[in-house]
Amino acid sequence: MERVQRPHVENFIRWAADKPKVVVVSADLTNSCEVGKWRDTYPDRFFSLGMAEQNLMGFAAGLAREGFEPYVHTFAVFIYRRPYDQLAMSIAYPNLPVRLMAFLPGITTPGGVTHQAIEDVAIMRATPNMTVLETGDATEVESVLDVAHAVDGPVYVRFLRGVVPRLFPRSEPMELGRARVLHEGDDVTVLTAGITTEEAMRAVPALADAGVRATHLHVSTHKPFDDPTVLDALRRARHGVVTLENHTIVGGLGSAVAELMAENAIGKPLVRLGLRDTYAHGASQAYLMRAYGLDALALVRGVERVTGRDTGLSEDDLAQVRVEAVHSLAKAEAL
Amino acid sequence: MPTPAAATADLAAVARSIRRRVFEHVMRNGGGYLSQACSSAEIFAALYGRILRLGPSQAPMRPVPFPGAPSAANPDYVSGGAYNGPHAPEYDRFIFSPAHYALVLYTALIEFGRLAEDALEQFNRDGSTVEMIGAEHSPGVETTTGSLAQAISQAGGIALGRRLKGEPGRVWVMMSDGEFQEGQVWEAVQALVHHRLDHLAVIADVNGQQCDGAMDDVMTVGSLAAKLHAFGARVVEVDGHDVDALVAAGEFRPDGRPLFVLARTDPARGVPLMRERAPNLHYLRFASDEERARYQAAFDAFDEEA
Repeated sequence: MERVQRPHVENFIRWAADKPKVVVVSADLTNSCEVGKWRDTYPDRFFSLGMAEQNLMGFAAGLAREGFEPYVHTFAVFIYRRPYDQLAMSIAYPNLPVRLMAFLPGITTPGGVTHQAIEDVAIMRATPNMTVLETGDATEVESVLDVAHAVDGPVYVRFLRGVVPRLFPRSEPMELGRARVLHEGDDVTVLTAGITTEEAMRAVPALADAGVRATHLHVSTHKPFDDPTVLDALRRARHGVVTLENHTIVGGLGSAVAELMAENAIGKPLVRLGLRDTYAHGASQAYLMRAYGLDALALVRGVERVTGRDTGLSEDDLAQVRVEAVHSLAKAEAL
Repeated sequence: MPTPAAATADLAAVARSIRRRVFEHVMRNGGGYLSQACSSAEIFAALYGRILRLGPSQAPMRPVPFPGAPSAANPDYVSGGAYNGPHAPEYDRFIFSPAHYALVLYTALIEFGRLAEDALEQFNRDGSTVEMIGAEHSPGVETTTGSLAQAISQAGGIALGRRLKGEPGRVWVMMSDGEFQEGQVWEAVQALVHHRLDHLAVIADVNGQQCDGAMDDVMTVGSLAAKLHAFGARVVEVDGHDVDALVAAGEFRPDGRPLFVLARTDPARGVPLMRERAPNLHYLRFASDEERARYQAAFDAFDEEA
């Protein structure tokens, strides 16, 4: 599997070249959010607003009212947590085209509880007018810009930085409201988003080898959550459904799936994996994913709960599974 | 089109009329935000009568009913900013911050012929845009600012955007002094100074009052002028009931710094009976029929003087 170094850095510069209304507002985390070179390339379109996020939201709103398309770059916690009232009243209520590039989703940072955005999807889902996206690989980091750009209203994007895997080919960009079908099977349906997709891509083939066939969907649009592909996959699951998210299990992907199942009378077991109504702490991503049950092994155990079958799979079995870039099955002809 | 009152250039009379209309409305409704009209009537008269460079209203004299909240699926949403005229490079923009002053703003729009007199019949009525505190569909309101201190940041973004587009028009923000307790205001001031947004001007109603009472009892802010100076802003202090002084402050030549006009005002101006309630001036509620009768007498006397 290809691992891409800082895919946002050059891609965003290229993408913005012919979009003069695209501006960046930053809050003292410019290089941390991979827009330092963007600033140096387009100094007239980059605005430093310092460590002052309440004001930053208002400035972004005002720029949007004047016809610009502001891309706010800062850590997720400093977008949805600290200045929420400003986000809701200055940006979301008037449905302004502000793009909120939210770095360090969930436990992707050793920065600890203050830097870990673990309830952002819940809060952003509950915010009227907000579109909520999450990137899961380099292709999505690159193509989410077109998706966000096309939305008439504010967009919140859980953004990956640094070394990012390329799980999906460049020829299959992110599409709004369209889950990727990565594996098909009728026993269980597994839904993942963001960094948990790579985990599931290790677990699902191992499960198949152990005789449990899963449909695996990668979700990149948390809201709106009305993809018929998702509904079909929930309906076909013989034993039940497992969600795995880099987020608290309250209000995020697992809750969205539960809502969809309840509203469509899909009466099957649902296991929601993720942070179990707890904060995390500062440590490595691999450690935290193991400690809080966000990894491939946690998913195997979740599938075992739903199917009532012991697969006999252990960590060693999963470690041997290679993750290759996959062509999504979510093509029109495959549906 | 300006009303005859404005055409006679008697902004003091306009201010008096704003106060009288608000007083009348408060008496008819058994209470309301009266002290805000007492303190800010001259500020609104000076803004709409002389300071703001606005085109003609683009909105109906009789406001439309609430068309639903803004969304991608709601093409019917209207901007209350249309009452302040079209957006054009040469025109000023007026950003109204203390949204609970809405009644004062509406009466100012009436005084200057931008809103029908009977629009006040819709004030705080179910389904109306003429809301008590309001949002950006309310007449004269361009941004949603009922959560105080958000206007100055939004205005900063508008000012930055207008500068990027090379527009000569200014951005005026009307604020109340209580808002300066919010940290966001100081975040905004430092950003306005840092980005040298000198075509943005704030005019603040410095009446020393807030919801719980006198600001000095609730949370001391000290000298706003000294603090703003320390941030690098440009500060002018005026008597907020002197329309000539207000108008003079509004005629400024940009010098690289955002301008703050601190208009010192009296929250009982024109209704001295209010002083008996001090420091509980934020919202007038009548405790008894007797108190209501005394205010009615004060209103009748106010009317006769006029």
